Amino acid sequence: MTVTGRDGGSAAGGGGSRGGGSAAGGGGPAGRLAAAHGLADADLLAMYRTMALARALDERMWVLNRSGRAPFVISGQGHEGAQVGIAWPLRRDHDWVAPFYRSIATCLVVGMTPRDLMLAQFARASDPGSGGRQMPGHYGHPGHHVVSVSSPVATQILHATGIALASRIRGLDQVAMAIMGEGSSNQGDVHEALNFAAIHRLPFVFVVENNGYAISVPAERELSVRDVAQRAAGYGIPGVVVDGTDVLACYAAAREAVARARRGDGPSLIEAKVTRLTGHSSDDQQTKYRSASELAEGRTHDPLPIFRAQLREAGVLDEITELELGGEIAVAVDDATAFAESEPDPDPATGTDHVFADPLAGEAPPPWHPSRPQEAV
Amino acid sequence: MAVRTFIEAIREGMADEMRRDPSVVVLGEDVGRKGGVFLATDGLWAEFGDERVIDTPLTESQIVGTSVGAALNGLRPIAEIQFADFIFPAFNQIVSEAARMRYRTAGGVAVPMVIRAPYGGGVHGALYHSQSVEAFFTHVPGIKTVVPSTPHDAKGLLRAAIRDEDPVLFLEHKKLYRSVRGEVPEGEYTVPLGQAVVRRAGRRLTVVAYGLMVHYALEAAERVADEGIDCEVVDLRTLRPLDRETLLGSVRKTGKCLVAYEDNKFGGYGAEIAAIVAEEAFDYLDGPVSRIAGPDTPAMPYNLALEDWFMLSPGKIADAIRRLAAY
Repeated sequence: MTVTGRDGGSAAGGGGSRGGGSAAGGGGPAGRLAAAHGLADADLLAMYRTMALARALDERMWVLNRSGRAPFVISGQGHEGAQVGIAWPLRRDHDWVAPFYRSIATCLVVGMTPRDLMLAQFARASDPGSGGRQMPGHYGHPGHHVVSVSSPVATQILHATGIALASRIRGLDQVAMAIMGEGSSNQGDVHEALNFAAIHRLPFVFVVENNGYAISVPAERELSVRDVAQRAAGYGIPGVVVDGTDVLACYAAAREAVARARRGDGPSLIEAKVTRLTGHSSDDQQTKYRSASELAEGRTHDPLPIFRAQLREAGVLDEITELELGGEIAVAVDDATAFAESEPDPDPATGTDHVFADPLAGEAPPPWHPSRPQEAV
Repeated sequence: MAVRTFIEAIREGMADEMRRDPSVVVLGEDVGRKGGVFLATDGLWAEFGDERVIDTPLTESQIVGTSVGAALNGLRPIAEIQFADFIFPAFNQIVSEAARMRYRTAGGVAVPMVIRAPYGGGVHGALYHSQSVEAFFTHVPGIKTVVPSTPHDAKGLLRAAIRDEDPVLFLEHKKLYRSVRGEVPEGEYTVPLGQAVVRRAGRRLTVVAYGLMVHYALEAAERVADEGIDCEVVDLRTLRPLDRETLLGSVRKTGKCLVAYEDNKFGGYGAEIAAIVAEEAFDYLDGPVSRIAGPDTPAMPYNLALEDWFMLSPGKIADAIRRLAAY
């Protein structure tokens, strides 16, 4: 197991990155930081833009919630660096992600749009993941190979193993990535999935975004080991810890894991240490179980300003570009909000649609039921 | 027509579908070289190899969860749960995931898959190799539940289940595996899901059953026929979606309905049948909708005397028929 990251010395970063951590490294002529990771400056800007867009959408969702326009929000704030870095090596619309309810930035990376995400937030009929049936944050997108998120946590890891198995059997060359928090990683499905994936050397990557809390329970009360990645050894697969504020370290670790999976060398586990900047959800008050000083410390691990500083120092991002990006993002968030809010709600008459493929396969309601025409009584 | 045992029909059904459709794969415990603990998959590994006949670890949640993912990505998995009694670790994957995937994506995706599970008692299986689990799953919209009673139906329904676009729980009564033989057509045929069948026509009383209980109900009907009680026996075959038309048509004709099920009585599948008959055929009834079912103990005990006490039998069903007929 390779352990790098926040506790293991952030200056080194993970996966060979020298420009990560708290932006202590980096610098030099434009292009060098990107080239060190096999990327172009445009990629770094696109990564930063995706993070900033995810944050702005997420913040807007809270405004909508607090102003009574959306009953529920579950947030990815603090996770965006890890999400963007780790999803970046995936082939869009080809590889698969089985994400969780904080995966807002992941969903943007793999092709979902701000409108898609806001349609889910408002639970509109045109929400591409569920037609307004799922809670906000429970994204899905068949075309972009985003597996529909469910609330019973960790079930998606087994789906990812099945997707990987089908990829192998059908010769599709796809990689399946399952993503969840460290709280979810304690579920039995995780053990069953890693064991099975390792036995069959499936093209599979398991990502844990460790924010230190399972709602209110701190990591030391939910994990018997410091790092979830240590558990990889129990399955004979690589497990790495990366600093979730170090976007390029996350990218490097994921690029290696995805390449390994694709060439048939089996699954890997990536644990990104992240911070949860918000409560568990809009129905949680985290000051009840986290001290002010701890929350303040957590804010120093916000990946967005850290990556911004790194790009500024490396000469990738200048003030004009940043202003332009900020403007673009504000427009995109406003557009997505206005568009989604104006879209129609699902028609209750469609409530029994899609129980089965064949609507006639569902039993007819009894004759006295209000959904049946009166003459049938 | 060839004569097959129940389990031979199931094995042939899987083999035929695997030959026809390369996306059909089998996952389960001991399904490979051994051919399954009941030999339902015997020969499949030799014919289709490691890639399509996959021995899994002892991980029921994984068997179903991996199948859900495989179905999302273009396969048609047949997941074997070694005994229905061991299905509960997979309950979350079946109920929260397989059954809800189509609905929660508003038709965006589907998970065509079959979960085969041997169920039922009367085989010295004790608490954990005897259970009838159908009520847990028939409660859940989004998954179909099939319980065949004859080799003909076992093969035809299994082929239809494999081709179905939705998840299907396929429950096979263990006691039928080798005790029942029947004619199975050569070549291509399916039995559509969602269609019950009248196994015995009668005018006085309807007995509703499925699986092994169909055979017991038919035997009971023969016994009481000598006493002038002319019973109709409806074999539901698919518990969900339910063929209301055949069920209600029979009860409207006879005016009396007895539901026979092996599971314990309270909250069992037969309770729903009784409720539907009471609601939708009330005006035709001339006796209380009745149930004959297992006792409300947590599971079936092992000792043969206790097992006999738990299990329904043709004699117990015949007694229940006499009581209802006399009402």
